[in-house]
Amino acid sequence: MLKDITFGQFLPGASSLHRLDPRAKILFLIAVIVFIFITGNYFALALVAAFIIALMFASKIPLKMYLKSMKMILFIVLFTGIINLFYGKGDPLVQIGFLKITEAGINNAIFVALRIALLIIASSMLTFTTSPTDLTDAIERLLKPLGVFHIKIHEIAMMMTIALRFVPTLLEETDKIMSAQKARGADLDSGNLIKRVKALIPVLIPLFVSAFKRAEDLATAMECRCYQGGSGRTRMKRLRFGKIDFYGLLISIAVLGGVILCNIFLPAVVR
Amino acid sequence: MNIIETEDLSFVYGQGTPFEKKANDRLNIQIKEGEFVGIIGHTGSGKSTLVQMLNGLIKPTSGVVRLCGKDIWEAPKEIRSIRFKVGLVFQYPEYQLFEETVEKDIAYGPGNMGLDEEEIRRRVLSAASFAGLRQELLNKSPFDLSGGEKRRAAIAGVIAMDPDVLILDEPTAGLDPAGRDVLLAQISQYHKKRKNTVLLVSHSMEDIARTADRILVMNKGRAAMLDDRKNVFSRGDELEKMGLRVPQITRIMSQLKKMGYNVPSGVLTVEQAANELHSLLGKGIFDE
Repeated sequence: MLKDITFGQFLPGASSLHRLDPRAKILFLIAVIVFIFITGNYFALALVAAFIIALMFASKIPLKMYLKSMKMILFIVLFTGIINLFYGKGDPLVQIGFLKITEAGINNAIFVALRIALLIIASSMLTFTTSPTDLTDAIERLLKPLGVFHIKIHEIAMMMTIALRFVPTLLEETDKIMSAQKARGADLDSGNLIKRVKALIPVLIPLFVSAFKRAEDLATAMECRCYQGGSGRTRMKRLRFGKIDFYGLLISIAVLGGVILCNIFLPAVVR
Repeated sequence: MNIIETEDLSFVYGQGTPFEKKANDRLNIQIKEGEFVGIIGHTGSGKSTLVQMLNGLIKPTSGVVRLCGKDIWEAPKEIRSIRFKVGLVFQYPEYQLFEETVEKDIAYGPGNMGLDEEEIRRRVLSAASFAGLRQELLNKSPFDLSGGEKRRAAIAGVIAMDPDVLILDEPTAGLDPAGRDVLLAQISQYHKKRKNTVLLVSHSMEDIARTADRILVMNKGRAAMLDDRKNVFSRGDELEKMGLRVPQITRIMSQLKKMGYNVPSGVLTVEQAANELHSLLGKGIFDE
């Protein structure tokens, strides 16, 4: 049950997407999100979709993993899609009571649903192909300029790394404690909401206790190794922009150009 | 009569994924009422999976677990009642403590059984004494106890449900030698007094040799042996192949036997060995 969450998981591999500089990947993701939202007609949308699908193959991550991460938000996609269906101006094509479906509504629904779906695929692609440490490293580097405003970027990045690192550990621990309390007759899956929340107390308290204990142990271990924050800290693995990142940049610019051209020269859909 | 028996019991982790792993493979085990059985095996041999199937915490991929002759998954909604009959103490059970006082924590299991206050109180006191927990600790917070005391409190929490079968998964892990000795002695005593069935999972041959009547040896998800402890320990070579060791003293004695001295095989404890050697010395066999 807890193990089925794939969104945000890292799947080690050696594809070209895995080898991209993580900073570049984050910037590319932001670029792709921009592409997704500036598309004004189906051609532009199809171009972005084709780009993302090509990347999915390039990532060499099994398609099943993408589908799994989609499964979680399928409800949101469908829900917003259906709401948008009834939310368009113009002459109704179908009228059901006070609900009317217009051409603009249909367009809206398709656009919104596809945009959310593409967004999720693109962002899970980032986490699938980037290890949590690389990811926080990259965020740290990208946010470094904010240091001017006395924001402690290194500390924030360190906290993120640690939090990500302990997600699987805590999930495993939750599983263990749940089993132990079930062995003592805890009934975790029946009854009304209040009863269920109450039944979780014997799981949550030990979980918090051990999480705090872990945090304390980790802090001691870090101090034993003379950790004292970001200043003066060097890194073993330095991030460098390489050839592959340059190619990525070229392709992204090409897609961006394509999207803009589609938007300018082809008619926008009725919205 | 067999209190627990399994028929072709198998469990596969992550079925249908690339991480598929057979934890248990067609186990056929019979455990008689009132027995003390030791379950031993290398890390990853499927011991923990097996015991979790015996009390219905995980559902077998295939095969049947029978408690007193009845399939425990016959009525899946009643599985909680099986867990009261087959009490399972997990590895490092102190992580399950959560109540304000030790007494309340021990009472959690019996409370879930729906017993009345008086009965719960009676069970808490008797469980605490079986687990060797001093009376004055009952009103303390479980988080203020020492490591060994926490372990006892957690074990008492399962004993208090008064299960027909008590399963302990590595109860001595992480305890110092003195704490280990006392805890094992207490478990043996509990078994003698209550006369119920006890299953002790361990990877320490010494622990098992000291307590169990019969031993189940697990290897790669299968039941390699299930026999009286003497018979199991006399197959030392096979055990070594599975990455297990017979107790040190048993090895010394079988070495002596190989060297031609007249000592019995299957000596399990130091005391027993001392007696044997003493009688040999009496015969003057070492004089030459």
